[in-house]
Amino acid sequence: MTTIPVLEARGLTRSFGNVRALDCVDFDVNAGEVVALIGDNGAGKSTLVKALSGNLALDSGKILFAGGEVELNSPSHASSLGIETVYQDLALAPHLNAAQNMFLGREIPKPGFQGRLGFMDNRTMRAKSREAFDELGATVRSLSDPVGSMSGGQKQAIAIARAVAWAKGVIFLDEPTAALGVVQTKNVLETIRRVRDKGVGVVFISHSMPHVIDVADRVQVLRLGRRVATYEAKKTTVEELVGAMTGALDGAHS
Amino acid sequence: MTATEAVPRAAGTAPEISHAHTLRQVLQVQSFQILLVLMVIFLAFTALAPDVFPTWGNVRQIIQNVSILGVLGIGMTFVIVTSGIDLSVGSNLVFSGVVAAKVMQAMGGSGWGTAIVGIFVAVGCGLGWGLLNGVLIAKAKVPPLIVTLGTLGGALGLAQVITGGVDIREVPAVLQDTIGYGNVPGTTWPTISLIAMVLILIFGTVLHRTRFGLYTFAVGSNEESARRVGVKVDRQLISIYALSGGLAGVAGILSLSQYGTTAIAGQSATNLNVIAAVVIGGTSLFGGVGTIFGTVIGLFIPAVLQNGFVIVGIQPFWQQVAVGAVLVLAVYVDQRRRAAAARGQSAKAEGKKKLFGRRSN
Repeated sequence: MTTIPVLEARGLTRSFGNVRALDCVDFDVNAGEVVALIGDNGAGKSTLVKALSGNLALDSGKILFAGGEVELNSPSHASSLGIETVYQDLALAPHLNAAQNMFLGREIPKPGFQGRLGFMDNRTMRAKSREAFDELGATVRSLSDPVGSMSGGQKQAIAIARAVAWAKGVIFLDEPTAALGVVQTKNVLETIRRVRDKGVGVVFISHSMPHVIDVADRVQVLRLGRRVATYEAKKTTVEELVGAMTGALDGAHS
Repeated sequence: MTATEAVPRAAGTAPEISHAHTLRQVLQVQSFQILLVLMVIFLAFTALAPDVFPTWGNVRQIIQNVSILGVLGIGMTFVIVTSGIDLSVGSNLVFSGVVAAKVMQAMGGSGWGTAIVGIFVAVGCGLGWGLLNGVLIAKAKVPPLIVTLGTLGGALGLAQVITGGVDIREVPAVLQDTIGYGNVPGTTWPTISLIAMVLILIFGTVLHRTRFGLYTFAVGSNEESARRVGVKVDRQLISIYALSGGLAGVAGILSLSQYGTTAIAGQSATNLNVIAAVVIGGTSLFGGVGTIFGTVIGLFIPAVLQNGFVIVGIQPFWQQVAVGAVLVLAVYVDQRRRAAAARGQSAKAEGKKKLFGRRSN
């Protein structure tokens, strides 16, 4: 079986001063697959995600999207390819409401002349936002309150719903369950499966090994800016993953 | 959207969707609180001087007096919503007026031909300064406080260089007769106030109803998040400072029309008066929050106080004291509200950082 990964990184390198955050790292994710990206703090997970979502300039290396080389030099370029990211710091505008955040940068204009003057179809955007939140099982209580006044869980749900709604190729979730309760975490994991079944590649970063094994198809392990191992999630154990992360044992079949 | 109806909703969410927008507008509480303050002040003076204060003639006078500041207040509201500041509006007004007056003087004539050229020249000059502000802030990453402090000095200095420090008093008669002192034909409504009102309605709609307005709030709320979703933040900032500058140009020609002179020395506190009005009106200096409606109310409070004090025979200098108190009170209320809304987030620190050094990274 020779599937072309929807997104592939080859030999990405990036240094910050003397620190090699990424040291010739490889990475790949297929369409309709959940790849967990794990590693200890400082292993380079977030840096890699930044590079693959157009938020970081690289010293060297190649990024391939659906087999073709691309230069991801801005987040909007990445979005235009269908690559979406949920950042750890959420990146919502706190004074705007949930629907405005959902559609920020992608507003639906009113039809006709009004639309060309810059008027927006708020009714449709609110309805679609509500739809997206319901699909996610997200408890976003109000579409009209500023998101800055909402709980961490609700903000997280909005950020995830936004990324899910727009991701057509790959979605990066940087510790999406870190701030969530039990039910919301279950919802997020369920969402991840649903997005995968739509044919989108999901990259899931987490420190929670049970979640990783639960939801991922493959697990790729980073250590000191390198990919040190790749596992089939079904055939691995928490001990094995932790061992690979810390370097206690060397992963084999990469 | 057919699907939404089928999905069960949590109790209490459904009605919010239908009036979400009006609700949000009403919840911009501060502009309504400040409207109440204005009404109280108005009623107080009405009680003190029932024969003079609440007459149309007097109210008309007040409305006419705030019209030029109203035009400046529009641009300032946009700027402050982005968590910026524009100190240069007063100087820009003077510069635009001076250049327009020079051009009209050179052309001669007192008809509409000369006047229209003057209007375009003034707006063009204003836009130019605004663009310069915007480019320095968005591209060169110099904090707005510093950039506009620089152009405040630059525009005023150049205006004095051009005129040799002597006011130009030749303004085409049509400007003075129609815009400056004239009424809208058939009414006693000052033309200058009609112009201000039309601009306020247009740009109020732009700020609160259009994508440009939404992006203005987004940039002020969280610049980085706006950038990440593909909002062209730099272009937005440049447009907003250009808007502020262009409106200062409009105010320049209005001022020429009303006073018949370039009044070079007369605008030294204009910028601060406009900023005070915007802030009194509930626009947050920390960005992301504000209304044009609030700014208009914020302009009327000092104007009504000034007018009322004169009428009831209190030294008008008290007006400055009263406005200062209202200003500090308004910001205090804003801070309290932000603290309540942010619930533990470091919003204050964030805001201060933004005001004095726009770029965090």
